[in-house]
Amino acid sequence: MTLMKSLMGAAAAVALTAGAAMAEPALIFDLGGKFDKSFNEAAHNGASRWAEETGGTYREIEMQSEAQREQALRRFAEAGSNPIITMGFGMADPLAAVAADYPDTTFVVVDVTWLDAPNLRQVGFAEHEGSYLVGMMAAMASKTGTVGFIGGMDVPLIRHFGCGYAQGAKAVNPDINVVANMTGTTPAAWNDPVKGSELTKAQISQGADVVYAAAGGTGVGVLQTAADEGILSIGVDSNQNHLHPGQVLTSMLKRVDVAVYDAMSAGDDVETGVFVMGLAQDGVGVAMDENNAELVTDDMKAAVDKARQDIIDGNVKVVSYYENDSCPALQF
Amino acid sequence: MEFFVTLIQVLDSTIRLATPLLLACLAGLYSERAGIFDIGLEGKMLIAAFFSAAVAAVTGSVWLGLLAGIAASLVLSAVHGLASITFRGNQLISGVAINFLASGLTVLIAQSWFKQGGRTPSLFGGGRFEPIEFPFADAVSDVPLIGPIYSELLSGHSILVYVAFLFVPLTWWILYRTRFGLRLRAVGENPAAVDTAGVSVVGLRFAAVGICGILCGIAGAYLATALQAGFVKEMTAGRGFIALAALIFAKWRPWHAMWACLLFGLLQAIALRFQNIDLGGVVIPVQVMDALPYILTVVILAGFVGKAIPPRAGGEPYVKER
Repeated sequence: MTLMKSLMGAAAAVALTAGAAMAEPALIFDLGGKFDKSFNEAAHNGASRWAEETGGTYREIEMQSEAQREQALRRFAEAGSNPIITMGFGMADPLAAVAADYPDTTFVVVDVTWLDAPNLRQVGFAEHEGSYLVGMMAAMASKTGTVGFIGGMDVPLIRHFGCGYAQGAKAVNPDINVVANMTGTTPAAWNDPVKGSELTKAQISQGADVVYAAAGGTGVGVLQTAADEGILSIGVDSNQNHLHPGQVLTSMLKRVDVAVYDAMSAGDDVETGVFVMGLAQDGVGVAMDENNAELVTDDMKAAVDKARQDIIDGNVKVVSYYENDSCPALQF
Repeated sequence: MEFFVTLIQVLDSTIRLATPLLLACLAGLYSERAGIFDIGLEGKMLIAAFFSAAVAAVTGSVWLGLLAGIAASLVLSAVHGLASITFRGNQLISGVAINFLASGLTVLIAQSWFKQGGRTPSLFGGGRFEPIEFPFADAVSDVPLIGPIYSELLSGHSILVYVAFLFVPLTWWILYRTRFGLRLRAVGENPAAVDTAGVSVVGLRFAAVGICGILCGIAGAYLATALQAGFVKEMTAGRGFIALAALIFAKWRPWHAMWACLLFGLLQAIALRFQNIDLGGVVIPVQVMDALPYILTVVILAGFVGKAIPPRAGGEPYVKER
């Protein structure tokens, strides 16, 4: 009996040390998929960069349905992965349920800032600040005085994008008309480029000549139709300027890659708490490269730089949609 | 006048949105009229969308793309036929399997071929179906009323749109005016009688499933190479299921199928154009419009508006001797 006990104890100790030695980070992508040319792809880029620079390895999984979230979390946690990095607001509820069961594992979640758990690193982005800047550029580029916003699934996060965008556009031109549409109310709205195209056409017929797509894979259809119809578009999350060179005004960068890279670099002892990355932390920004150099005038650059500094200094306050679940500049 | 312009734009959008539904709906019509339920329309459209975009991207010819799309869809049709006709498997399960197969295969092959994360490169030039402008479309566009209808609504769609709408009378004629059509309908109602008359039930059903594959192939190619410029994963976004709903709504009749698809397309177009509709104080949220096709189908199925009776032998494999 005692022999059995010590044997089992030894086995457990071996298992524990093995687990600690092999603690590799895990990355859970959201429903959009690893290569959505947007949010999840940015996470993938950050993780790949970490793997290349350090020679480390990480585990990853793409969510296929809502039901898999909790299961994936538990499986990675049981397997000893640390930290476990998860993407998207959909992870909030599963994390709230799972995090307490694995106190020694640090969970990182991007796009969630409202949970309460000691072993959780929550990274949020001040998307409204970045959207504010692209909204200003849209208003300056628009000749018709109407700009469009196309969101993916109708969730507070996407309204948050649209709200900052409308505020930026109205800061440049108080009379500007902002047309806002959401693609749908189910996760299919992240991958429906056909609907994205139709929404773009509908907005063009309402006079819009710059459209901002915050819609994951649906945005591919938006950018394509905007290019076909000869109007400007604005990409989101990753730099999408290269998709249609000379026809994408800019992209609202959300440095998800930096968030993931930082978390992986810190490894086991990643700092927990709530972190919001805004303009000041370079967490969000506008994409300027050779593909949109001709579209961006010096005026725009100057205005954007000034606004960025004003927001960082606190002279300009961009209202967040989350503050009271409504937007002063746009009716959804 | 402004209302009229908006109306034309919404109807224009309706036609674009209804076309893939119509092609898929007619595809289902052939199959189900022959007694083979097919919930794999979605999967067939998806795989056709991928292969049409992939081949069009590689060869630069949209016509080769269309052929590849049809071929891919036909392969899945053959799988469905083999499972449910030859081996007398459960037609619904076979259909579900096809949907999963297509959803996984497309992304897997796309990633392996193009390394762009499960999508194809963007198509340009000859790789896409261009809109066809009718003669004098520009000239008459200023004529009141008729001008916009001709130049905006009817002209300026890709050739597949016109093909889809031509398939409606053609389907009606085939089903109700040809010997093949009569046998096709009979095999869905009473295959034993057809067999007794010395006509091959298996052959007829395979023919129906084949036609279904061709139409789904065109629908998928339309999505990827005419409406869009490339394939994106899961780009059919449930259109195959809305087409099935339209088929039930139309009670398995070709002309009605067209009107059902146009209605469902119109609902989508309205939902896309107006986020929330204000009807004299009552605001209808956009979700209601999105859900309406399914609600209408349930209403029809529940028997509130006439009765929807599916083909009698539908869903049952035919066994010669019991």
